Amino acid sequence: MNIPFTKETLANGLDVLVHEDRACPIVAVNVWYHVGSKNERPGHTGFAHLFEHLMFEGSQHHDRGYFEPLQGAGATLNGSTNADRTNYWEVVPSGALELALWMESDRMGFLLPALTEAKFSNQRDVVLNERRQNYENRPYGLAPMALLSALFPDEHPYHWTTIGEIADLQALQLDQVQAFFRRYYHPANASITLAGDVDADDALALVDSYFGDLDPGEPVEPIRAAASLARDVRLRFEDRVELPRLYLAWLTPAMFAEGDADLDLATDLLANGKTSRLYRRLVFDERIATDVSASQNSREIAGYTQITVTAAPGHSLGELERAILEEIERLAVDGPTDDEIDRGRVQAEAQFMFRLQTVGGFGGKSDQLNAYNVFLRDPAFFDRDLLRYQVVTKASLRQVVAEHLDPARRVTLSIVPQGRPHLAAPDSATAVVS
Amino acid sequence: MIRTRAPRAVDRSRLPSPGPTVPLPFPAIEKSTLGNGLRVWTVRHAQLPLVSLLLLVRRGASSDPAGKDGLAAVTADMLDEGSGEQSAIEIHQAIARLGAQLDTDIGSDATVVSVTVLSRFTQRALGLLADIVVRPALREGDFARVRQLRLHRLTQLRDMPAALADRGFLRLLYGAHPYGHAPIGSEAALASMTVDDVRTFHARVIRPATATLVAVGDCDHGSIARLVDEAFGGWSGGGDPEVMADGPLPSGAPLAVVPRPGAPQSELRIGEVAVARATPDYHALVVANTILGGQFVSRINLNLREHKGLTYGARTAFEFKRMPGPFAMQVSVQTSGTAVAIAEGIGEIAGIRGERPVSSDELSLGIAALTRGYARNFETAEQIGRAAMQLALYDLPDDYFEQFVPKVEAVTSEDVSRVMARHLDPARLVTLVVGDLDAVGPDLASLGRGEPIVLSPDSF
Repeated sequence: MNIPFTKETLANGLDVLVHEDRACPIVAVNVWYHVGSKNERPGHTGFAHLFEHLMFEGSQHHDRGYFEPLQGAGATLNGSTNADRTNYWEVVPSGALELALWMESDRMGFLLPALTEAKFSNQRDVVLNERRQNYENRPYGLAPMALLSALFPDEHPYHWTTIGEIADLQALQLDQVQAFFRRYYHPANASITLAGDVDADDALALVDSYFGDLDPGEPVEPIRAAASLARDVRLRFEDRVELPRLYLAWLTPAMFAEGDADLDLATDLLANGKTSRLYRRLVFDERIATDVSASQNSREIAGYTQITVTAAPGHSLGELERAILEEIERLAVDGPTDDEIDRGRVQAEAQFMFRLQTVGGFGGKSDQLNAYNVFLRDPAFFDRDLLRYQVVTKASLRQVVAEHLDPARRVTLSIVPQGRPHLAAPDSATAVVS
Repeated sequence: MIRTRAPRAVDRSRLPSPGPTVPLPFPAIEKSTLGNGLRVWTVRHAQLPLVSLLLLVRRGASSDPAGKDGLAAVTADMLDEGSGEQSAIEIHQAIARLGAQLDTDIGSDATVVSVTVLSRFTQRALGLLADIVVRPALREGDFARVRQLRLHRLTQLRDMPAALADRGFLRLLYGAHPYGHAPIGSEAALASMTVDDVRTFHARVIRPATATLVAVGDCDHGSIARLVDEAFGGWSGGGDPEVMADGPLPSGAPLAVVPRPGAPQSELRIGEVAVARATPDYHALVVANTILGGQFVSRINLNLREHKGLTYGARTAFEFKRMPGPFAMQVSVQTSGTAVAIAEGIGEIAGIRGERPVSSDELSLGIAALTRGYARNFETAEQIGRAAMQLALYDLPDDYFEQFVPKVEAVTSEDVSRVMARHLDPARLVTLVVGDLDAVGPDLASLGRGEPIVLSPDSF
């Protein structure tokens, strides 16, 4: 299993990758900029994401909405920002490839002449509403803010969320946005992948025509930061919720680092689906929880594993915490069963096969090639990525759980209904969250 | 690699014109019917060694008996809670050993159980699908647990503005009509349900006469039909008659509020009962909705997001069902912008009916957005399977997807005004606000839509 590709780096440093898949007469255009909220500084959070919005508001040679010509050509398109990268994509009918390249190259090379105070102020209002909709007005919506700020120290770039702080967004000035573009949005900090109904040679020539003349920009230095937890940090806050929810989180290896895949499988067998250990015990047998989930959140310079559980009415978060720690200890001592390892292996095979189904969009083949290229400088990593899961053994999984999911070094966050702080796990201090 | 072609100069003075669209013919559907009435449809799509299996039963939440809102959904939820001697956990372990994920979806008119697997597991996946759908254990203890989880879910939905708005809006529009409740039902109805209700419902409604099994992927019709016959051949029963309600719908209450004190945004729904899927106006309505609120560059999104900055996004949709479904605009706006968003939304809906007909640019953009990229809807096995299921659910002809593009291209500006005027009546529009009543109340009074009625979540 693999995603075959051709790669070329233009003179200005832009990486260009092409994957041919002629089954459907569409082409995916996928552009990654290696910039995310981890390139922000305290007091200036939310920058990278707000910037993503401005990329859809027009550029010098097309100073109108970005969507209209592409939707008129039958494209779907979107973009997203996370801590480590910003991506933009279009899926277009094959005949509209050149239009998409024209549009992407114009905003890579010529955004600033078209960027006005009016656009900036409008999109800041939109982002403040995005924050209200997805965080402030959503039950448990502020949990990521509380968790990340407790897991990572103040100066660590994973300390804040990508959506940013309200006060920071309100204080942002247009000239800061312009400086951000100059520093991060240029060919030497970008990677473009085309996947679908194209000829690789033609596609490379076309990309060269549109992007080859753009100024390279200064290379961006990698971010380095360290984090460690010395104790069990216990927090609670009151929210407009009916049922209390407990979050347990640990600092864990970064994306693709040793132990990352083991933890991915470990969180699956702990809390993914009805066969998982925590679901069986908490929801199925003891019925003290209404739901439970877990994930290894792999990021570029650090990871964190998170377990989330909601209490059934009448049951305390302390009771859930004890049960979860018992199950983690059992896994750390006895390891997984043969059946769990076998299931994990076939699930990995199926999941990787599912990932080959679409050329574009979030998680499509073009997005995956860019991920491997940007994070590893190795777009051919697909089969070795799968191999990471296939070499996990009972012993390696057990060892990684014992090493990283240490009950003495974690964050324990309780979110409880307003006016009912006693429902929190014991010994929790009030968290300040905005 | 080495290329011989030099890069050519780029003209940035104008956008390149897209080349002609290459049509992607919808793949042929092969069909047969088992002796028990189960229809078996297959589509060959062999790019990858995968098969998507979807079992459609053409009955959903609108088949809930009176006083038992939520029964169809609980029944669907109970299907994978064990079969024969196998426990719920054993069934799920068997699914996990195939690397598969099982999905159960329930809507007003349909229940769908689906799974995508590596094609070497096709036979085992069909066997499991039959265990789940045809021979669910429906045990009392499992039922008590599943019902309790759904009650907890309903409790949690009280905190979710969008869920409150969706459920309250259906009740306002439809009252006691079979479309007047979300599939999850109500706390009172769930609390009164028994496992016998589930057994009776399963025996009566989940039957082969109203079912279609769609298989898409690396497979051929003959072998799939044989495997389906082995797995599902013993399933029997005539199936329940379809619900066709024609009673009166509620009237009045053009403006209602579900209070959410201190909320930073108001979650809005504005709409009315509109039209059924079978309408001959379907294609014109799809074009009209695309222009009004169905895409990023729609009138309503550009107005409320890109010009006024009041929201992260606003959209409209016709929900086409077997009986007339709702049309709704939905948006979450900052609290201070609530009345403006309502007035603008109603103004846009009224405008497209004729006061502000769609321009030729808007029309060609809307049509192009729907037609030029049509091929991308059929990229994966599951997409093709879900498309084929639409044909089975709404009795559409096999050439429906071939006909879609020419029929949309034939829609005119006059068609748009005509169908919107026919199916949307501004005088019947209902507005629901989930938000901070103290903050928005005075502004709402200025809308001229009367005093808002205040709804409690207990009323729907």
